[in-house]
Amino acid sequence: MDTEITIRTTNLVKRFHTRQGDVTAVDGVTLQVRRGETYGLIGPDGAGKTTTTRVILGLLRRTAGESQILGFDSMRDAYEIRHRVGYIAQQFALPPDLTVRENLEFFGRLHGVDTATQGQRIAELLEFAGLNEFERRQAGRLSGGMKKKLALACSLVHEPEVLLLDEPTLGVDPVSRREFWNLLGYLRAEKGVTIFVCTPYMDEAERCTWVGLMYEGKLIAQDTPAVIKTMVPGRLLEFIPSEFVAAKHLVASMEGILEVQTYGVMLHVFVDDVVRRRAEIEARLAEQGITCSQMREITPRMEEAFISLIRRQRLRTAEDGADDSG
Amino acid sequence: MTVGDPSKHPIVVQDLTKKFGDFTAVDHISFYVQRGEVYGWLGPNGAGKTTTIRMLLGLLKPTSGRAFVLGYDPATQAKEMQAHVGYMSQQFTLYHDLTARENIRFYGQAYGLSGRRLRQREAEILEMAGLVGRERVLTANLSGGWKQRLALGCAIIHEPSVVFLDEPTAGVDPISRREFWDLIYGMAKRGVTVLVTTHYMDEAELCQRVGFLSRGRLIALDSPDQLKRTYMRGQVLEITADDPDAAMKLLLQAQREGRLPLKEVALYGAQVHAVVPDAALYKADIAALLQQAGVEVVSVEWIAPTLEDVFISAVKES
Repeated sequence: MDTEITIRTTNLVKRFHTRQGDVTAVDGVTLQVRRGETYGLIGPDGAGKTTTTRVILGLLRRTAGESQILGFDSMRDAYEIRHRVGYIAQQFALPPDLTVRENLEFFGRLHGVDTATQGQRIAELLEFAGLNEFERRQAGRLSGGMKKKLALACSLVHEPEVLLLDEPTLGVDPVSRREFWNLLGYLRAEKGVTIFVCTPYMDEAERCTWVGLMYEGKLIAQDTPAVIKTMVPGRLLEFIPSEFVAAKHLVASMEGILEVQTYGVMLHVFVDDVVRRRAEIEARLAEQGITCSQMREITPRMEEAFISLIRRQRLRTAEDGADDSG
Repeated sequence: MTVGDPSKHPIVVQDLTKKFGDFTAVDHISFYVQRGEVYGWLGPNGAGKTTTIRMLLGLLKPTSGRAFVLGYDPATQAKEMQAHVGYMSQQFTLYHDLTARENIRFYGQAYGLSGRRLRQREAEILEMAGLVGRERVLTANLSGGWKQRLALGCAIIHEPSVVFLDEPTAGVDPISRREFWDLIYGMAKRGVTVLVTTHYMDEAELCQRVGFLSRGRLIALDSPDQLKRTYMRGQVLEITADDPDAAMKLLLQAQREGRLPLKEVALYGAQVHAVVPDAALYKADIAALLQQAGVEVVSVEWIAPTLEDVFISAVKES
C-alpha cells in the first residue's frame, strides 16, 4: 500500500434506482488524494460531488469500482474509517440545545475519546476555532459562521488524519468564510491534515492544492489550480461594449474567436491572437456604431476556466448524442 | 453625505436607522441609487442588509430617518408602492408542490394580473428563465439554477421598476450564476433599478457600485475598481516557496511573535498570501525569514488585492 495516498477511488460508480429509471450519479471516477493535500471537488449542482463524498465515506454503497481511505475499504472497513476521518455533511445539524462545549463533549464521546484527553482537546479546539467566549452558548444561538466553525471543531475532536467537508461554507458571509479557510490552512500547515472539500465557490478552489472538476458524474479535469486555469482556449480579452447583446452576437461570429462569456456588463472573449483580434473586434463593432471601453487582456481565473471546461464538455455530450441518433 | 432626489432617483435613503431594543441594526445609512443601476451590497451576516431591505419594502418601520422608493415613502405608502416593486428573498419562496407554470401563475394572480396579460407574462417568464419545455416539472424537481431563475421570474412578473434581490444566488453554481446575472443586466438595460445583496466577491465585482455594510453602517460605497484603490489598508504579497506549508507555518509564527507586521497570512493552493503595510519594504524581509529557516523561496510578488481583500480590510478598520 502506498502510504502517501490518503483517499483513492478507482472507476467508482454509484447508480440510484428511481421511478424514472436508473440514474448514474457517479460514473467511473478515479482520483487520488495525497497525504497533506487539500483536494477541492468542484462542479455544477447535481454533478455528483456529494454522492462521491458519501460513497468514499461508506455512507452509501457503491455500485462498482473501488474506494478507500487510508487503505481501508469504504464498505468493509467503515468502523476503522469512522475513527480516523472527520466529516461535515452539507446539511449538518448540531444539537441546537447543547452548548458549544457540550457539543464538543458529545462528539468526543461519540468517537470514544477518553475524558482526560477530551478535556485537553476541547480546550485546544475552542481556542483554535475562536469559540472560547462562546463556550456556554447554545449551538442554536450561534451565528452562521460560528456554527460552521463549531462543526469543524466537532469533526476534529478525535484528531482525524483526514477531513471530508461537503460545501462547508454554504450561506456563510465572506469574513466568516475567510476565517473558516484560514482554519483549514492552519490544519494543513501545522497538523498535516488531508482535506477533501466539495465546493461551488471558485475562489475556494483557488485555495486547494489540487482540484477535480466533476460534471454529470464524471471527473472531466484534475490538476493544480494553476494548471486548470491554463485549460482555456487561447487568451482572454475583457471589455465593455456600448451595445451588449448586439456586440456579443457580432463578436461570436468573428474569425479567431474561440469562446465568448458574459460577465455583468463586460464581455470575456477568448481569442487566438490578442493584438490582431483586438483591433478586428474594435473595428468590426465600430462599423455598427458600437464602442468598446476598458478593453484589456486579463488572466483567466478559476471561474472562467470552469465555465469554459463545462461548456466544452456540454458541447461534446451534445455532439455525441447527435452522432448516436444519426 | 449624499442626499439624492426622491423625484429623480428610484431609491433614496436618508439617515435611515432601525433599533431593536438596545441593538442598532441599521445605523444612520444614507445613499441613493440611479435609474437602471445595478447596486450591490456586501456585508457579513447581521450587518443590516436584510433589515434595510425590509424597511425599503415597507415591512418594517424605521426608528428614524427616511426612505423613498420611486418617490413613495414605504413606511406609509407601501400599498401604492407594491405594484412597482419586486422582491426575491434568500429562500426562494416557491411552492415546491406546484409546477413551474403554476408558480408563475400563482404570483401573477397575487399581483393582480389576469387574462391576456397574465398569459403573455407567463410565456415571457418561462422564456426568460429558460423553462420552456419544463413548464410541467414540479418545482421540487428543478435544480438550483432553474429554481433561482423561476423565483426571479415570479418576483418580476408584474414588471416592477425597482427590484430587491436578497442573496439571490446562495448555493448556485457558477454557470447558473452567470446566467442569472445576464438576466439582471437584461433588466437593468430596460431601465429597471436593481439592489442586490451578495456574499460572493465575484458577484460584487459585477455591480456598478458596491456598498460595504458592517454593523449597521455603510462604511464604503463606490465602484469595485475605486474601492480597491481607496479602501485597501496594506498590500498583498504572494509568496511561492518549495514548501508552502512550511512557509505558512513560519509566517504564522512570525505573526504571533510580532516579528513581522503581517495583517493576514493565508494559504492559496501552492502559494501563501500575506498582507503587509508596505510591499516593497517587507518583500525582502519575508524572503530572508523563510530562507534562513531553510525554505526555498521561488518568488515574492506584489499582487493586486481582490475585492474580498479590500472588504475584509475595510471591515477590520471600521
